Amino acid sequence: MENVEKHILSTKELTIGYGSKVVAEHINFSLETGTLCGIVGANGIGKSTLLRTLGGFQPKLGGSIYLKSKALENHSPSEMAQKLSVVLTEPPASKNLTVQELIALGRQPYTNWLGSLSSMDKDHIDQSINAFLLNDLRNAKCHELSDGQLQRVLIARAMAQDTPLILLDEPTTHLDLYHKVQILKLLQQLAHQNQKTILFTTHEIDLAIQLCDKTLILDGIDNPFGAPCELIEQHHFERLFPSEMIQFDAKTGTFKVNK
Amino acid sequence: MSHPRSYRLSFVLISVALCLAVVLNISSGSVSIPFSATLSGLLGKPLEVPSWEYILWDYRVPKALTALLVGGGLSLSGLLMQTLFRNPLAGPFVLGISSGASLGAALLLMGASFVSSFASLSFVGDVSLAIAASLGSFLVLAVVLIVAQRIRDTMALLIIGLMFGSITSALVSVLAYFTSAESLQRFIFWSFGSVGNLSSQQLSLLTGIVILGVLLCVLSIKALNAFLLGEHYAKSLGVSLKKSRLVIIIAAGLLAGGITAFAGPIVFIGLAVPHLTRQIFDTMEHRILVPAVFLYGAILMLLCDTLAQLPNSVNVLPINAITSLVGAPVVIWLLVRKRKMIF
Repeated sequence: MENVEKHILSTKELTIGYGSKVVAEHINFSLETGTLCGIVGANGIGKSTLLRTLGGFQPKLGGSIYLKSKALENHSPSEMAQKLSVVLTEPPASKNLTVQELIALGRQPYTNWLGSLSSMDKDHIDQSINAFLLNDLRNAKCHELSDGQLQRVLIARAMAQDTPLILLDEPTTHLDLYHKVQILKLLQQLAHQNQKTILFTTHEIDLAIQLCDKTLILDGIDNPFGAPCELIEQHHFERLFPSEMIQFDAKTGTFKVNK
Repeated sequence: MSHPRSYRLSFVLISVALCLAVVLNISSGSVSIPFSATLSGLLGKPLEVPSWEYILWDYRVPKALTALLVGGGLSLSGLLMQTLFRNPLAGPFVLGISSGASLGAALLLMGASFVSSFASLSFVGDVSLAIAASLGSFLVLAVVLIVAQRIRDTMALLIIGLMFGSITSALVSVLAYFTSAESLQRFIFWSFGSVGNLSSQQLSLLTGIVILGVLLCVLSIKALNAFLLGEHYAKSLGVSLKKSRLVIIIAAGLLAGGITAFAGPIVFIGLAVPHLTRQIFDTMEHRILVPAVFLYGAILMLLCDTLAQLPNSVNVLPINAITSLVGAPVVIWLLVRKRKMIF
């Protein structure tokens, strides 16, 4: 149990899926404070399902999930809201919200019944706005933003929620290379400077290898977890995709197309 | 967010506008009473003509109060539905909620004689009419909500709402076919919509229902704001989805159903007012929107009723004709300006 206490999030022999359909099993990992961790894997292997299960949006099928030393399912909704925040692939339902209004909603777990913001809440909102370079967009409506800007707003909202753990589902899709790197750099900064534990799914394996402290590879077998360089040495990335078309180059940490 | 401060002036203006609309509404009617006489009458001074006193206090003031409650309540119900369904075109009428209330009222008003010819109309009390109409609206609201869980498409949901409207009106016409002439007449007059002719007992019951609905709505403000992000995000913010959704549905159903029971199915107010309000209060924050929408709806309903009175004429237009003339263009304007479809 001591081992569990030290970690913000840990899973043991976790099985995920829908109803009776198992999507992935034997998922074992644990994250310490201030870690940036990417989840990689082929399409349909269960990355989003894992994230949704960890976020409490769907029940696990087996095994255990712990937030600190308490099982995930034993958290009340309001306890959960102060421990983990999420950034999902779905856009906000109302795009008529301003950037500041949307980020302010992140403070809901701490506000009174009417949602009035205290000066501490306002400080958190300002910090998030500044950290994600959104000061000029404060009063812009969400429908006026580019994909990259909206993604920054959504992550800033999660930061304003001030939880030790942040889960993000594919935060870099639909973005160009520059904005992909920008988002991941900001996440890295958030993890290291603000001591947040950040777990995100991604298809950008090369970027994940360069920027993440830890990587969880969903391969449908034993789902290896560890520092990217260790996983490279153990040849885990090579098993990620069938090798006839692309091959992993351990020296550069990238995939190359077979000519 | 310093919104409460920045909208203070707008709230002052809209409150003044509401007072003016009330006075305007009371001072006009089929019997011409001078404006000055109306004002001094409202301020508690005795009037020169005794019959004016009666007209003022027993007819016009209750009617203005009814219009205020009906307009405010229906608009609030529309706001709740638009946020709950994440749909800018949701409203008590469009989603078939008013039709549900009609069905409830029809079953009570006409079904009684359908089941047994002995049943007398006096059996149908005010309370049972309110309950029947509210139950009808809850029923349709619940079904629409279940459908909305499966279908995320804005347009599909609206068409389903229209279909519910058709089904209920078909059921109503079947009932009408078998019912007695008197109960049919009573139902037809009810369905025209009217804010006049409420007994003091009915008015106090309506007031109670609207206050209860508004109270539930105020209690849901925080959850309503969270729902603006979508249900998953709301859940991650600690909102108890089932409980909040239930409270919002009860509030919307009480407001739409209770009001429809007494004032008849009044169209477009619930749909149009939240959008018109956002032209002045450009925010999604429900702490601002809930009071603003109520006030705006009350003003619009009072003005519509004033128009329906056809000043100094004995003719009274059906209130639904006026609200349609105001509301329908708003819907067209919304559809043409696609950007505004983002609610």
